[in-house]
Amino acid sequence: MSSVISLTDIRRVFIMGDQQFEALKGVSFDITTGEFVAIMGASGSGKSTCMNVLGCLDPPTSGRYLLDGLDVGGMGTNELADIRNKKLGFVFQGFNLLARTPAVENVELPLIYAGLGSRERRRQALIAMEQVGLAGKENNHPSQLSGGQQQRVAIARALVNNPAVILADEPTGNLDSSTSEEIMNLFTALNRQGITIIMVTHEHDVAAFAGRQITFRDGRIISDSLTTATV
Amino acid sequence: MDFIQTLKIALRALRTNKMRSFLTMLGIIIGIAAVIAMMAVGSGASYVISQQIASIGSNIILVIPGSTTSGGLRTGSGGAQTLSSDDARSIGTDCPSVAYAAGTVRASGQIISGNMNWSSVIMGGTPELFEIREWPVVSGRAISQQDEDGAIKVCLLDQTVAENLFGSADPVGSIVRIKKIPFTVIGILERKGQSPQGQDQDDAVFVPLRTAQRNLVRSQRTGIVSAIIVKAKSEELIDKAEKEIQMLLNQRHRITAAKEPDFTTRNLSEILAVAEQSAKAMSLLLGAVASISLIVGGIGIMNIMLVSVTERTREIGIRMAIGAKKNDILLQFMTEAVLLTMLGGLIGIALGAGGATGVSRFLGWPTMISIQSITIAFLFSAAVGIFFGFYPAKKAAGLNPIDALRYE
Repeated sequence: MSSVISLTDIRRVFIMGDQQFEALKGVSFDITTGEFVAIMGASGSGKSTCMNVLGCLDPPTSGRYLLDGLDVGGMGTNELADIRNKKLGFVFQGFNLLARTPAVENVELPLIYAGLGSRERRRQALIAMEQVGLAGKENNHPSQLSGGQQQRVAIARALVNNPAVILADEPTGNLDSSTSEEIMNLFTALNRQGITIIMVTHEHDVAAFAGRQITFRDGRIISDSLTTATV
Repeated sequence: MDFIQTLKIALRALRTNKMRSFLTMLGIIIGIAAVIAMMAVGSGASYVISQQIASIGSNIILVIPGSTTSGGLRTGSGGAQTLSSDDARSIGTDCPSVAYAAGTVRASGQIISGNMNWSSVIMGGTPELFEIREWPVVSGRAISQQDEDGAIKVCLLDQTVAENLFGSADPVGSIVRIKKIPFTVIGILERKGQSPQGQDQDDAVFVPLRTAQRNLVRSQRTGIVSAIIVKAKSEELIDKAEKEIQMLLNQRHRITAAKEPDFTTRNLSEILAVAEQSAKAMSLLLGAVASISLIVGGIGIMNIMLVSVTERTREIGIRMAIGAKKNDILLQFMTEAVLLTMLGGLIGIALGAGGATGVSRFLGWPTMISIQSITIAFLFSAAVGIFFGFYPAKKAAGLNPIDALRYE
């Protein structure tokens, strides 16, 4: 199995004035294509920093990060924007959809920056929306959709550019338990179709949907285990 | 990202805050409208002045008598009675840079036709006068050389005189009495309009010079003229012609260094050129004052764009996270600012043009809207957008995506 993500001794040091804070103290792990990984940990454990590094939003201070075979270290901001656009899909806790913009145009957004023509964008966006079970809601604005539906739009937006990995940051944090389960079932279904998913969460029952759990504490990985049970 | 897409995003952003967009635009609208209206009024004024130059006739030099001293008393300018018809003829034939020269005399008196009468200026002039002044005859004929040579009692009437004596009837062929002497009306001159000082230029009667000298003016010697009007061959030759006239008259009047000249030359187009220049300076000044309001409008744009960047920090973060480059964000906010100012510019141009038309219709001021001023105003409004939109856009593009995403 080929690794889609390979982190080797990643460190991230924040400098505030004359104080130094090491958020990641040498983190290494590999993720193979088709895995569903949950990253766990208390707040301040380094899991969010790790997610930002994985999302190419925050370059590590040192260490090596290979994403889909490409060395991300040393890339400029424009190249990183390209990597985010082509290789990654983001799902956020707060959905982060553009207000007053129809759902389908929210889904199209990554394709705009990829430079696709409008007809091709619309076609791919509609496919992605069908994949998440939102066919028929294309022209609804986010304010006209429920929380679960908004998160589905966000997932469709993450799927639309056929990324190597989907990164989900507390995707159920703003949802009630039954909607959470719905979203997690969607992730599971997508994972069964072969999509690699990395999800940050602090809820154990949510993490239980993932096939593998990596737990952080104080900037280090304290456990990395496969789960077999599915709730 | 293609330009049409950028434009669509910018339009959507402006539409979501319609009232705010309009109020922001208002600064530019007022600024551009003021510039357009002021320029229109200013260039209208200089157009009127250049029309007046044309009505006076171009390349004209006026020779008037100087002062004279008799018994220790100096008369004012024009007091000397030494310029003659012969001087005028000599200027016409002996100065190479001169096209025409016409001696004129001036009198005033009552003109009577039937039971109507009117007091007006009576000008005596040789036929060249009409060539120099470029005054066309609209009805009848001009004064001919035969009229001049024979001192025939014929006259041309200006429109104001003709209207006051004859109403709407055609006066050509009728007899009028000027200072009780009967003259035959041979023609009517075209309307010339008002002078820069607001005087009616259409209130005079023209007769042959010799007729006037014999019958209408009293002078110590025969053949005296009160002024000589000269037309130079071209605009470049005006100064040269003026010098030639001065040399010729110095010679003819035996003026030496010790003796004060008994004549003065004046260059009319120079006076009007100054007037035109001051009108141009005025319109420039008005334009400058108006463009200050454009700058104020531009600062309003910058202000709102900064607010907009702060408000939409999260949106910027989302766009960056899913692949927008710094330039995409920069371009998006710049497009918004330029779109605001260009839309404002277009509305301002329409309002300014409407305002200028209203001013000329209701106040009777002449206004002129040039394509040039519209183009300049439009480009200027776009430039205001680029200039004042750059800083907020740069600020947006410089945001860190992680902080932007976390922004509440």
